[in-house]
Amino acid sequence: MSTTAQPGAARGELEKAPQAAPRLPLVELQGLSVRFGQREILHGLTASLGGRAIGLLGPNGAGKSTLINTLLGFYPPSAGSARVFGCDIRTEKRKIRGQVGYMPENDAFISKMTAVSLVQMMGELSGLPRETALERAHEALFYVGLAEARYRELGTYSLGMKQLAKLAQAIVHGPKLLILDEPTNGLDPSARQRMIRMIREMRDSGQVRILLCSHLLRDVEDTCDEVLILKQGRIAHYSDLNEERRANRRFLEMEFYGVNGDFTEAIEKLGCECAVRANRMKIVLADGVESHDIFRLAAERNVRIRKLNFRRDTLEDIFLKAMEN
Amino acid sequence: MAVYRRTYAAYEGTLSPAWSRWFVMFRYARRIVFRSKFQTALFVACFFFPLLCLALIYLANNLAFLRQIGAPPQILVIDNKFFFYYLNVQGVLAFVLTAFEGPGLISSDLANGALPLYFCRPISRAEYIFGKASVLGIVLSEITWVPGLVLFTVQAALAGPIWAWEHLWIAGSLVVSSLIWIAILSLLAMALSAWVKWRIVAGALLLAMLFFGAGFAQAINAVLRTDSGHFINLAYLMMTVGNSLFRIDIERAIPAGEAGIAILVYCAICLWLLLKKVRAYEVVR
Repeated sequence: MSTTAQPGAARGELEKAPQAAPRLPLVELQGLSVRFGQREILHGLTASLGGRAIGLLGPNGAGKSTLINTLLGFYPPSAGSARVFGCDIRTEKRKIRGQVGYMPENDAFISKMTAVSLVQMMGELSGLPRETALERAHEALFYVGLAEARYRELGTYSLGMKQLAKLAQAIVHGPKLLILDEPTNGLDPSARQRMIRMIREMRDSGQVRILLCSHLLRDVEDTCDEVLILKQGRIAHYSDLNEERRANRRFLEMEFYGVNGDFTEAIEKLGCECAVRANRMKIVLADGVESHDIFRLAAERNVRIRKLNFRRDTLEDIFLKAMEN
Repeated sequence: MAVYRRTYAAYEGTLSPAWSRWFVMFRYARRIVFRSKFQTALFVACFFFPLLCLALIYLANNLAFLRQIGAPPQILVIDNKFFFYYLNVQGVLAFVLTAFEGPGLISSDLANGALPLYFCRPISRAEYIFGKASVLGIVLSEITWVPGLVLFTVQAALAGPIWAWEHLWIAGSLVVSSLIWIAILSLLAMALSAWVKWRIVAGALLLAMLFFGAGFAQAINAVLRTDSGHFINLAYLMMTVGNSLFRIDIERAIPAGEAGIAILVYCAICLWLLLKKVRAYEVVR
């Protein structure tokens, strides 16, 4: 789970992510460039992603969908290379596609077909035997919540139902990688919640890894453990959200009454760094020190804590910083 | 992913062979084609003429019956011309059937952006086109050379082995002419529907190509005082090739070889147009 630098890469690319994950890299990009005519859409992307759920973030036109489509072999790279599960996107398209389920962003259905027929056909095209495909088509439609509507023609579906049908066709063959392009587009809040819950469930099942492309920070924050932020076809930032969340837990902001030098000294003796300004204090907790230790020290020294917050460096903060850079 | 458990489950079972995936496309496309009652009725109607021909073959080989009704025995001769006219009629019916069935094969996928769903799976564009074209290929075969060969076999059985041996080449001509016609019709229908994306308009365009093509060709020939106009008349080209294959001596304005090459060029252009349009996503440069 690391990103490595490329000449001319954005600053975010230089950041090193933790080396902890022992999994096979899901996606490896090596100087990947994609060009449509004279326009270069992706500029020498280099990264190695291996999380259970990876979020692809970026403003409109950043190249998120182009990256996904290139990984699926829809667009040929103009330079560099990319691998999915170790398979080269130029030479092993078929192998990659056999392991991938894809939910496109835009409408993608055959209006005169029933949901169960479409999902069954897609299952068969992925290689499932006919009876198995039918069985799994029913299961997939039940799973996404279209059980009652599965014999209706897709042309009669609402936008939310079409999204669910697209998800069903993407999971019918039990892929190892699920690529979701803006999965919550056009969903009302409750349908969005349901979609997010399903994505989390699939992620937690450990049987499928997820590459989620969205411009909605909340969706990515709710489902992903790694984030790759793209800006104008370049990697603007890479972030391991679990690591970020852990780091957030080490940074405290406190407001208090009756502080004295003894209290600050006691905190520093625990190995924490702190900075005091008027009646506010910022503390970076040392390893093994928790917030209740600070409360204990305050109680012993008769310091009244008015407010104590963990720093909330949200994905939005990370995203905005990446965009500023 | 059992229905009652409602959880996600990966698939670890066996997969169908990669080469057989086009057949999945064929099965589903054929199901869509025959869902329309009108198209099914049209398909059934295409067998009336072969049945009539079957009756004629029976009559031609029963001289006693012809004498009984007072008809001269030479009124019905089963030869190359008989099979050529049979194929002409069936060719026209094949064209009408293609105009109704062909455009729907691809336009339904293009209309609602379903192509990415196909191409994100282990299936190539060539397999997709082959799968869809095979629906037309098989349906049109069922009304052209397959009944043609049945008629030939019946005639051979009734007329005896000497006739069969002497006219065996007719069977080859039946198959080759039909396959050329089927290839150009299928590719043309699919290419038009891929570019127009609207089933009805694509069907109308196909019909227009035949009728306006003939008219336009005549106009070019008259204005420019040439025979080159025939190259844009698909029916004329096919008729020229058919005449040659069935050894019918009618003087044609362009040689059969050139007509054959022109048809091949049309097929290649249609295939190129199809491959250009049948992509997961269109690239805007």
